[in-house]
Order: sequence, then structure tokens, then C-alpha cells
Amino acid sequence: METVDIIWIITKAVIVAVALLSFSNLAVLAERKVSSWIQGRVGPNRTSIPLIGSIPVIGTAMTRLGLFQPVADGLKLLLKEDPVPDHVNKFYFFLAPVAAMMPAVTTIAVLPFGQIISDGVVVPIVLADLDIGILFIFAVSSLGVYGMILAGWASNSKYPFLGGIRSSAQMISYELSMGLSILPIFMWANAPGADSGLNLFSVVQHQQGVWGVIFMPGSALLFLVSIFAETNRLPFDMAESESELVAGFNTEYGSFKFGLFFAAEYAHIIVGSGVFTALFLGGWHPLPFLSADLLPDGLLGAAFSIGIFLFKVCCMVFFFIWIRWTLPRFRYDQIMKLGWTMMLPLAIVNLVVYAIIFAFIDG
Amino acid sequence: MATKELSMGDVVSRSAEYEQEMDTEKMTLNMGPSHPSTHGVLRLVLELDGEVVTKCDPELGYLHRGDEKIAENMTYNQFVPYTDRLDYLSPLANNVAFALAVEKLAGLEVPARCQAIRVLICEMARISAHLLGLGAYAMDTGALTVFMYTFTEREKLYTLFEKLTGARLTTSFTRVGGVARDLPEAWLEEVLHFIAQFLPVVDEVDALLTRNRIFVDRTKDVGVISGEDAISYGLTGPNLRASGVPLDLRKDRPYSGYEQYDFDVPIGTVGDCYDRYLIRMEEIRQSARIIQQVVETIPEGLYYAEDAKKIFPPSKEKVMSSMEELIQSFMITTQGPQMPAGEVYFEAENPKGALGFFIHSKGGGVPYRLKIRGPSFCNLSILPKVCVGAMLSDVVAILGSLDFVMGECDR
Repeated sequence: METVDIIWIITKAVIVAVALLSFSNLAVLAERKVSSWIQGRVGPNRTSIPLIGSIPVIGTAMTRLGLFQPVADGLKLLLKEDPVPDHVNKFYFFLAPVAAMMPAVTTIAVLPFGQIISDGVVVPIVLADLDIGILFIFAVSSLGVYGMILAGWASNSKYPFLGGIRSSAQMISYELSMGLSILPIFMWANAPGADSGLNLFSVVQHQQGVWGVIFMPGSALLFLVSIFAETNRLPFDMAESESELVAGFNTEYGSFKFGLFFAAEYAHIIVGSGVFTALFLGGWHPLPFLSADLLPDGLLGAAFSIGIFLFKVCCMVFFFIWIRWTLPRFRYDQIMKLGWTMMLPLAIVNLVVYAIIFAFIDG
Repeated sequence: MATKELSMGDVVSRSAEYEQEMDTEKMTLNMGPSHPSTHGVLRLVLELDGEVVTKCDPELGYLHRGDEKIAENMTYNQFVPYTDRLDYLSPLANNVAFALAVEKLAGLEVPARCQAIRVLICEMARISAHLLGLGAYAMDTGALTVFMYTFTEREKLYTLFEKLTGARLTTSFTRVGGVARDLPEAWLEEVLHFIAQFLPVVDEVDALLTRNRIFVDRTKDVGVISGEDAISYGLTGPNLRASGVPLDLRKDRPYSGYEQYDFDVPIGTVGDCYDRYLIRMEEIRQSARIIQQVVETIPEGLYYAEDAKKIFPPSKEKVMSSMEELIQSFMITTQGPQMPAGEVYFEAENPKGALGFFIHSKGGGVPYRLKIRGPSFCNLSILPKVCVGAMLSDVVAILGSLDFVMGECDR
């Protein structure tokens, strides 16, 4: 491989990673704004950057929307004192936030988020178009539990410890139903003779007509619930559950290490929404029964497809926020019960039903 | 979902099994005094087996101020501001309860208008206290938005309180033999207006929680208190009624003219956290009913007892124009309202339960002894019993459902 290629690959990777982190910052803002709208509040509307904020109409509007708030939040976390309690296991204590962030940034690599049509050939816009796509995502995202369990363990303190235990049990339980729930999608995408493997791009292309969510609502629901559990969002936020465990696994963390956990949560939500969009919401296809192949060739079409994909992801992120500010939290044993006695059997039934359907169709 | 294996209720047999298999150890968890869901400065020392509580040891006293001793060093009216700080979520109701206790000692009847004002502010205080209680309870179970909804309504009530008393929280509105001042102009219409727009919000909260599957799962059959237990531990208020005991002092021993008003007392059947939630929900609506009746039927007249010469100071005009009234006013202000010697105990049905004042007087304007029965204190006494066998998350739901205030618990 030539040097230019390597530089180009690295540049692309950096762009995607930075974009993910910026989006997770914006998701924090969205959380604050949407929650305040839900609760009849105003939300952040004061923070302003000197020069940009004083531009007559645009600057005021941006201030009112709180668009500068993420900058202030991030800077605050960066500039705060970073206390490390004496009783912690230093190595794991420092490793945990990194381990929490790493899976989100890694899984984004195999997630296709647009297409570009050049000379009649449809090419996905993705960092690495792996054949094992979804398998890779599952493999890496299940490492996310290490961030929490390490944080809970290394903190050497009781509330984080309980949070770590809870989250590890929960994430392991929901991984099963998560994996089973999406198998029918790949059975569907892999018609006999086709050789697309577990590639995400081929799944999206397969939804040019019918979206996954229309054909397999059961799978979509199971997968959605599992993402909620995997991203530790309310009603599944066992690891944090601030009314019981104070702040759960990150109780002992402050400053930027806390910021990493915080950003990682939103990065996970964005990646989870991206995967859900690719698997069930037709990826970058504008509407059900309306394929993205109508889009113009070249860069313009590519920009459109990315835009459509991002719009769907934003809707999903909104859904995540909406749920969080509406529902109460489960109890730990209820989550385990739900995972093992409801989700898992349902996922298996769902899989068997679709297997029979496909056997009839293809047979 | 009959899954006996996964339910974690049977602590005793489970721990016995474990002890044979492996060397287990119980964890002591210190919950509070500064913890997001101990509603102030309650401290619970929990002994956990996994996530199941095997022992709960409440520790009180972090907010102890010695109110009862302080009362011995000041006149009756000077103690009114201290009652604000008992159950600081319903200061008006505390003011009224204290005034009624002292008036019982003096054998004094206040005019009908004063009684109606007192009923009105008591019920408004009840709504405000229950709104906060429900909001905080919902927040403890994870429903964060309900809290903001109820808090917004409570804020409107506080604006009304401010118009009436000049203060939002520390109202200090009653005096022995009356209230501090008459109702402001057009205030009653504002109250009616508030009630009209507030009831739909209660329905909204109802819709968010009452049939919410997660909320029901979190609260149903959690923290069950039987009627016998509730009585023997001295529970009062909504917590007692949730256990199926129909005791409401407003009905059983009506004071301040409660017998004129038509309202229902909701009674629970199971005594779990869900019942306690439902009771408070219904009490809010009943209080709104009472308020509407009071506003419709409020009599004209004086807001203080005119004939109580040595208890309620005369009006300003008389003080300025007549020698005898000037002396009276001076004596009451400096030496306090003059009480006969004797002992008296009075309980009022406050939002959290029966708030009682025991006053031992040797005559004069200062109580010889004053003791307070804080309902939250008695309600919390059941914690060591009801928390055992519950999970850590249940403890939070139980605390939220008991709806206590440390201000009157520690006094």
C-alpha cells in the first residue's frame, strides 16, 4: 500500500471519529433541550461565544438554542480538577473510561452511512466494508461492559461496585436476545444464491423496497429494547440509577474521566441508532418503496444519502431521549426477568417463525 | 411470569443454602445522610445480601434543632415561625395546628371566617405537600418528568401563598386567636382559577403513572404494611389509610369546622407503595373539592377572635386611639398571649399525618413544656420492619411512598 493511501485512510478514520464525538456532544445538548421541552422548561439558552454570539439574528438564535452549550460543557469538564481517590486501583481506574469509549468509536468503522453511485455502480460510504459487519459490531460493542465493570471494580467503593455488577449482568443478558433478534434480517437479506454474508451494506440495499421494520416489526422491537439495555438508558439504566446508586459506576469519577463516560453513553446511543437505522429503517433509502438509486450520481447524491441516514439517526436519538424522560426505571431483578423469560423466548420464537416463513418462500 | 427461581424474596432460606455452599459475607451500605433519595438527611445503615436488604437501621437527628426546648423560651406567637420549619412542605398546616392547640388550651373559639380561612390554607398546604411528595416519589422510581409537572403546579400555589402571607415557604400565617391578616382582594377567585386549571394536570400525572406498567411493577406489593402493623407502629395520615385503616382526624374529630364540608377519605386495601400513591392522588382531588366548597361558602366577619382580650392584640386604629387597647397590645406583644394553667394535647390531620402538640402551661404567655408529635417520625419507625427482604431499589420506592420530611422528624 502506498503512503498516500495510508494517509487517506487515516484521514477518513479521523474524520469519522471526530464526527461521532461532535455528534455525541450535540446529543448531550439535544438531551438537555428535549428534556426541558418535555418538562415545560426552557433549557440552556444563555451560553454564548463573544464574537459569534453577537451576530445579529443568527448569533442570538444560536444562543437561544443553546448551540454553544456543548463547548462550555466540554471545557468545564476539561478544566476541572481531576481527583483520583486514594483507595482506587489506579490502572483500572484510568483504563475504564477509555474502555467505555473505545467500542463506540470502533464500531462506527463498519457502519455504512451513505452510498455513492459512480458509473452505475453503487458503492457504500463506510470506513471498512467488512463481510462480517454485524458480527464485528457485536463483538466489539460487547466489550463496552468492561468500561463499567472496571469502573465499578477499580473505584473500590460500594455504590460504583453495585452499579458495575448490575450493568455487567444486564448487558450480558440482553446480548443474547439482541443477537437472536437480528438473525431473521440476515436470513432475509441472504436469499439463496446471494453471497452477502453479514455485511451491513447488503442489508441496507436489500431494503430498497420494504424496510425491515415493516417486514419484521417483532425483530425491530426486540432489537430496540436490547439497544436500550445495551446503552444503559432509562428504563434500563441500572448502572447509573441515580436515585438509588447516587451515580452508579461513575460515582468516584470527576473531570474529563467522567466526561469520557458521559460522551461514551451518547456515542453508544448514536452508534446503536445507526445500526438500527441500517438494519430496520432502510438506511439511506428515503422512504419505504422509494430506493436511494434515484439520487443523482456522484458527490451530490452521496451527500443526500448521508443526510437521509443522519436524519433517521437523529429521529432515533430523539426517541431515546423521549423514552428516558417519560418512563420510570425497572428494578434490577425485573430487568433480568424481562431479559431471560420474555425477551429471549420471544427472540427465539421470532427467529423460528421467520425461518419457517423463509423456508416456504424459498422452498 | 411464574418464575419462582428468579424471585429474590426468600432471603432466609436462600442465605442458609448459600452458607453451606460457600463463604458469603454481607455488605453494609451507608445510605445517606446525603443521598439523592433520602429526602433530606435521613441515614439508613443497610445490611445487604446481594441486593436484598437483610437489616435496615435508620439513624435520625441530623436536623435536630431542639425546637421543643426553644419553645419554652418564647411566647406562643413567637413560636409560630418555628412551626413553619417542622414539615417545611406544608408550613400553613403546621401554623394552623399549633394555633388550634393553643386555642384549645385557652378554650377559645375563633369566628367562622377565620375557621374557613384556616381550612382553606390547610387544604392548599395539603395539595402542595402531596404534589411534592408524588413528584419526588415518581423521581425516586425514575420518572423524572412527573416531578417537574407537579413542581410547576406547586409553584403556582406558592405564588398564592406569597400573596396571602408575604412569604413563600416560611408563611407564619396564624396567630393565637386568629390569622395574621384577612384575605387579599380577589385572592379567592385566583384560588378557584388555580383549582380549575390544576385538576387536568393531576389527570395528566395520573395518566403518566397510575397504569404505567413499570411504575406498577416497581410499587405493587412492595413495602406492604398491614393494618395491624400500621396501628402498632403509630402510622398516621395517608400511610395509615393506605393500609386500610379509616382514620382521618378531619372526619373523626372535626376541628376548625371541617364537619361542614363534604369530602371522601380514600382508604387503601393492600398497604403497599402503590396504594400509598393512589391515596395521595385521591387526597389531592378531595382537597380541591374542599377548597371549592370553602370558597363558595366563606362567611363574612372578622378573621380573629375579638372577644379574646388578652390573647389577640386589638386592631391598629384602636391601639392608636384608646389607652386601654394600647396597654393590651403592649402586654400581648411583650409578654405573649395570656393562657390559663393546664395541660392540653391537640392533633390535626396534616399532609403527612397527625401533627400533635402537647402544651403544659403554668399560666402566662410562655409554655412551660411543649412537645411535638411529628408524623414523619412515627411513619419512619416502621422502616426496619418493612425494608427487610426488599431490594435496594425497593428501599428507595418505600422511602418515596412514606413521604416523610426530616424537618418534623428531627425537630
